[in-house]
Amino acid sequence: MSEFDTLASYLSVAPEIGLTILLLIVLAFSVARREVERAAVPYIAGFGMIALAALPLIFAPGDANSTIPEGLYWGGMIRYDVLAQVFRVMILLAGGITALMASGVRGVGRRGEFYIVIIVATLGMSLMSASADLVMVFVALETTSIPLYILAAFKRDDTRSAESGIKYFLFGSFASAIMLYGLSLLYGFTGQTNIYQLAAFMGSDAFANNLVPVLASMVLVVVGFGFKVSAVPFHFWTPDVYEGAPTPVTGYVSVASKAASFALLVRFFVAVYPETLALSGESLQNFWIQLMAVFAVLSMTLGNVLALSQKNIKRLLAYSSIAQAGYTLIGVAAIQSQELSIASVGFYMFMYTFTNLAAFTVVILFSEATGSETIADLAGLNRRSPWLALAMTIALLSLAGIPPTAGFFGKFFVFNAAVRSGLTWLAVVGVLNAIVALYYYLVVIKVMYVDRSEDEDKPIPVGRQYVWVLWATSLIVIVLGTVGAQTVYDWAARGAMGLFT
Amino acid sequence: MVSLWVYLVLAAALFSIGAFGVLARRNAIAILMGVELMLNAVNINLVAFWRFVRPDGGSENMFGQVFTVFVFVVAAAEVAVGLAIIISVYRSKRSVIAEEVDLLKW
Repeated sequence: MSEFDTLASYLSVAPEIGLTILLLIVLAFSVARREVERAAVPYIAGFGMIALAALPLIFAPGDANSTIPEGLYWGGMIRYDVLAQVFRVMILLAGGITALMASGVRGVGRRGEFYIVIIVATLGMSLMSASADLVMVFVALETTSIPLYILAAFKRDDTRSAESGIKYFLFGSFASAIMLYGLSLLYGFTGQTNIYQLAAFMGSDAFANNLVPVLASMVLVVVGFGFKVSAVPFHFWTPDVYEGAPTPVTGYVSVASKAASFALLVRFFVAVYPETLALSGESLQNFWIQLMAVFAVLSMTLGNVLALSQKNIKRLLAYSSIAQAGYTLIGVAAIQSQELSIASVGFYMFMYTFTNLAAFTVVILFSEATGSETIADLAGLNRRSPWLALAMTIALLSLAGIPPTAGFFGKFFVFNAAVRSGLTWLAVVGVLNAIVALYYYLVVIKVMYVDRSEDEDKPIPVGRQYVWVLWATSLIVIVLGTVGAQTVYDWAARGAMGLFT
Repeated sequence: MVSLWVYLVLAAALFSIGAFGVLARRNAIAILMGVELMLNAVNINLVAFWRFVRPDGGSENMFGQVFTVFVFVVAAAEVAVGLAIIISVYRSKRSVIAEEVDLLKW
């Protein structure tokens, strides 16, 4: 941090710079006079963000001798490491896929500003996955949240969209104010804002044994993170926002926002409340391990049980996403298995991103064609559009954790980390929950393949960009569930190692 | 000179009043005002801490002040977006009472 390495500093935020340039290009095209140019906006935004996902891979963080060594940049605001790289790649791909998904949706698809707001939200998430300073944490969180409020309320003539927006906004701003109070306390304890310097000061003699205030700050911060990853008991907003928001936005909130929040969550807790920090003889890590374990159990159980009775497919996926956050929290709670834990969180989010995007793409196509989001109306989908039904089946099996899809390895790694860190009971609860979840995923598959409907001779129209998205996401889900699992897991494990040094 | 704990008690009180406002008020605009009170409590906290707790004793450590400025900016952006969303709800429902916004339910 002492000397300012200009090249490395700029390269460490290359995706953010790229997103800003892309934003200006999209802005220029969205006010173009010719219709052809305006129609190109979704493709520019979508393929632009997918292309930008290559930047973190090209400028990979390396050791001290490389062009961009792992470490702090911009006065400690950004920490560029492999974990940031992993999450940036998945966030940028999710942003690009969302833009392509939105292109055919009535009310949002032809609106240039929709893509601009998506790019800003992606920018915030990309910063979140690398932020290393309390100021940056807060600013990145809000750069993500505020555009998401706008996106949720984007369909102004749709009452449900406006309602979804106001609920998201009121809950979100309340949660972030509580979290910010916790951050201000952390600053007050130490006089530092860099998250990598907080722990050292809190462990020093000058600060000895102030356990209660530190615990208070931890609880306040947990509220903010719990809201962002929609963990029970901070999940109230999730079903309503997911159901009311335009479907591409729902897909985007459910994957990218959650992934970025988990990236920040593991980085923040490992750095600020590390294993070595003990106050009044109590290890702070044990407190948050217990918190995360309780949240994991509550999220999985409540999410899965409430999902059983859902009639609306978006609401079903909302409760399913609460449960998925619960499984990921098992990985966070298993922090004592060190990089196994963080790597399992990274892998889980990676596979969940593509799985959920595939599911939401099918939901978008179906509801655009039929105007319905009810599960019962999916009847006969196999006879109407067999490929669509197959893509949905792959996505649902992956969410349920059935091989050969990616979800199987996602759950396997998470449970493995839990067992290795001595939390076998948590893994058992997770497995039992996976069985409950299997029921409602299979019900949807049964409706698509077995139930008959009168519209079976009417295939669902699928635009070219949707064919690409479905092929890409389904293939990634299958590859991650077979040959690619080890590669991505090792990549995430390298990222995890960087957190403990 | 006023000691640090006075400011901290003031901030904690302001934060609690704000949180109470968010939980107890039914009008969406009043809820937004509660959130603003909470953010201002954070600002008092940050500036007070900046004034009293500077580990290196130097005056060049401006973290608390900088943080406060960022909180201002973000709060302003949040209010702008929030009021716009509230207006769009008002246009469709003719009401900003949180309990009457109840189309989405399980």
